[in-house]
Amino acid sequence: MDFIPTFDLHTFITAPWSDGLSGSIWILVMGFLVNAACGLVGNFLILRRMALVGDAISHSLLPGIAVVFLISNSRSTGLMVTGALAAGLASVWLIEFIHKKTRVKQDAALGVTFTTFFAIGVILISVFADQVDLDLECVLYGEIGWIGFEDSWLVMGTEVPIPLLQMGVTFLVVLALVIVFYKELLVTSFDSGLATSLGIPASWIHYGLMMMLSLVIVFSFESVGAILVIAMLIMPGATGALLSDRLPHILTLSVIFGGFYSLAGIHLAEWLNCSIAGAMVVSGFGLFCLIWIASPRRGLLVLSLKRLKQRSSEVSVN
Amino acid sequence: MSIKPQISKLSGLLIFASLFLVSDACAAKIGELSETNFSDQFFRFFSFKDPSVRYAILASLLLGTCCGLLGSFIVVRKLSLMGDTLSHAVLPGVALGFLWTMTKDPWAIFIGATIAGLLGTVVVHWIHTTTHIKEDSAMGIVLSGFYAIGICLHTMIQHLPNGNKAGLDKFMFGQAAALSESDLVMIAVVTGVSLLLITLFYKEFLVTSFDNAFASSIGMPAKFFHYQLMLLLAFSVVVGLQAVGIVLVSAMLITPAATAYLLTDRMHRMLILASVFGMMAGIGGAFFSYLGNSLPTGPFMIVSASTLFGLALLFGPRYGIVPRWVRQLNRNSRIQIENTLKAVYQIREKADFKEDGVSLQQLGEQRNLPLSEVKKEVKRLIRERFATLASSDTDMFNQNQKIYFTPSGWENACRIVRNHRLWELYLTKSAQYQPDHVHDDAEEIEHVLGENIVRELERLLDFPTLDPHGKLIPSVIDLKEVQTGQ
Repeated sequence: MDFIPTFDLHTFITAPWSDGLSGSIWILVMGFLVNAACGLVGNFLILRRMALVGDAISHSLLPGIAVVFLISNSRSTGLMVTGALAAGLASVWLIEFIHKKTRVKQDAALGVTFTTFFAIGVILISVFADQVDLDLECVLYGEIGWIGFEDSWLVMGTEVPIPLLQMGVTFLVVLALVIVFYKELLVTSFDSGLATSLGIPASWIHYGLMMMLSLVIVFSFESVGAILVIAMLIMPGATGALLSDRLPHILTLSVIFGGFYSLAGIHLAEWLNCSIAGAMVVSGFGLFCLIWIASPRRGLLVLSLKRLKQRSSEVSVN
Repeated sequence: MSIKPQISKLSGLLIFASLFLVSDACAAKIGELSETNFSDQFFRFFSFKDPSVRYAILASLLLGTCCGLLGSFIVVRKLSLMGDTLSHAVLPGVALGFLWTMTKDPWAIFIGATIAGLLGTVVVHWIHTTTHIKEDSAMGIVLSGFYAIGICLHTMIQHLPNGNKAGLDKFMFGQAAALSESDLVMIAVVTGVSLLLITLFYKEFLVTSFDNAFASSIGMPAKFFHYQLMLLLAFSVVVGLQAVGIVLVSAMLITPAATAYLLTDRMHRMLILASVFGMMAGIGGAFFSYLGNSLPTGPFMIVSASTLFGLALLFGPRYGIVPRWVRQLNRNSRIQIENTLKAVYQIREKADFKEDGVSLQQLGEQRNLPLSEVKKEVKRLIRERFATLASSDTDMFNQNQKIYFTPSGWENACRIVRNHRLWELYLTKSAQYQPDHVHDDAEEIEHVLGENIVRELERLLDFPTLDPHGKLIPSVIDLKEVQTGQ
């Protein structure tokens, strides 16, 4: 069947790089930056059991971005970030408000809020389609393949696309914040009571984390869309947690996984001729499943082997 | 209670019948009229002339019912986000179902999507039980992982020769106008099956939803009902795809049910309300998307549902924010009035009830309030007919003006003081409090003690006459004597 092209290892490896380095290398770097920045922030979401809050925020940004497009009619980054941040924080506030002021439970409050925001965003985009320079396909799976490479800045003699610079700065800011506030983030994630007794303002850290999350999602939005970004947030950390119990190790691992997703995704997308962002997440999911099954410490294989041994030793004792 | 569902069934049948009685003669496709004004479109929609409109309305009604029923159970089971996971996980199934037949065969897509959705929920369960990854992260992984596989397949299909005609885009945000007859039949079947199973096993679903351990302990197969619910959920998500779309179909489950949850405490009422809200949202979505010439239906349905949710959130009689706020205000003002009444009583008590009138200045000192505040309090008392003024002079509210209790004011003042002192006595005698520690507690509770509790306290304390501080506990009879005895 010609739906799935024949697999040839040599072409699989060389195809993305055959027409010069320039195209694929930027996609690779962009993918890495998105995955790594999201992965770093995502680890703290996993620890706080707020994985789906990331999903909620990423859906909620849409009306903010759409409204900014409608008002300003431009792709000005500052305005877009402001609009998206406002929408994201509004949704976080609204979820908390519904959850605390009414009898609706948190999961339902989350579900109601982000779908409403997202629906409003989709309506704005489709009703004002001619005024909003944003199509629904971008919302669904991003456009990492052709992000504004026409605009670029000269950095150290090479032309670097502007979106990539923005993502690079975002990644560095996230990295710096995680390193500087590592202790605070750690303590508030594991034991908010202890954090308060140490004098760490837990609610400030919480809102800071939410800000950081919104920022990362805003800049990742055009690359991977509103839905796939949840994978970038959760998968690296969850996969890392299968391999280690130490947070510094998991954080390092999630940055490395970010690179792997990006590289594997590009090759997969080239082979299958499909969405690059989608392929990155598929390879991330594949890696997760692989480690889940074959992890040397707690993988399914090791667990079932142990269980077999136990059973056979029980039999021999009897 | 037993009449309501019959009425809703009856009205449903009427609508159903009317849709088929209208002739097909004036039928036109939706896209044909591009330039029409609002009222034209409004009448076209509600005259049910277009067959596609009829399909869309019927589908929305059925889907609203089905989602409302099932959504109520997932909301009370706190599984809302499982619905979201399930709806994203069906995407690869939709794509594979399409590839199987290479046409948009509803049954192939139905089977593929159901399998993918169920597999998604099972994988969440596996990850959750075999690793130390928490359930929310597991849902995030499955949601995005399955969705990404679906996106890859979807983009691959678009590159096929007839891929662009596949119309799979419609599954993303829904297009009720594109529903075919077989889609409608499928929605009807799923709604019917859900309705039947929920009616048959209502008790079982109820018990397993609220107290799983109890259900297991009386021998109910709780797991069986959980998976039965998941299966129905998967069916409803899959048949809802065409009309609402993958991204938002979970909201059709959550939002109407959450709205109903804000309005009632009884499960059967919640089920009925949720179905009604679901139907309203469905019709709203179909209507608005029709107005704008083939706009996606799903987002409009969700915004309609969310509007209802917002209204219930603000104005729901029992749990709404505004009614609760009003009740709070009323309570606060009642507490103020009661405190003023008590202060007047205490001033009179200090003078051994020899003086009938109490001046505003005395009242201000007793309540520790400036004269302006005291004036407001006194005005309230007069409005409630608890007190009268000595004279209706032009200079009504100077500090020497005296106020007098009316009989009802007197009775209420006695009641509050009585509550306060009985409670103080109860705390010292039965709860071993020190007499100097009981005042603050009594200060709070005096406003909320009901008649029954006061009777109970009296009996418990053997009809006391003095409080721990040696003051008289007023009973209505005593005080009438004091008042008339002067």
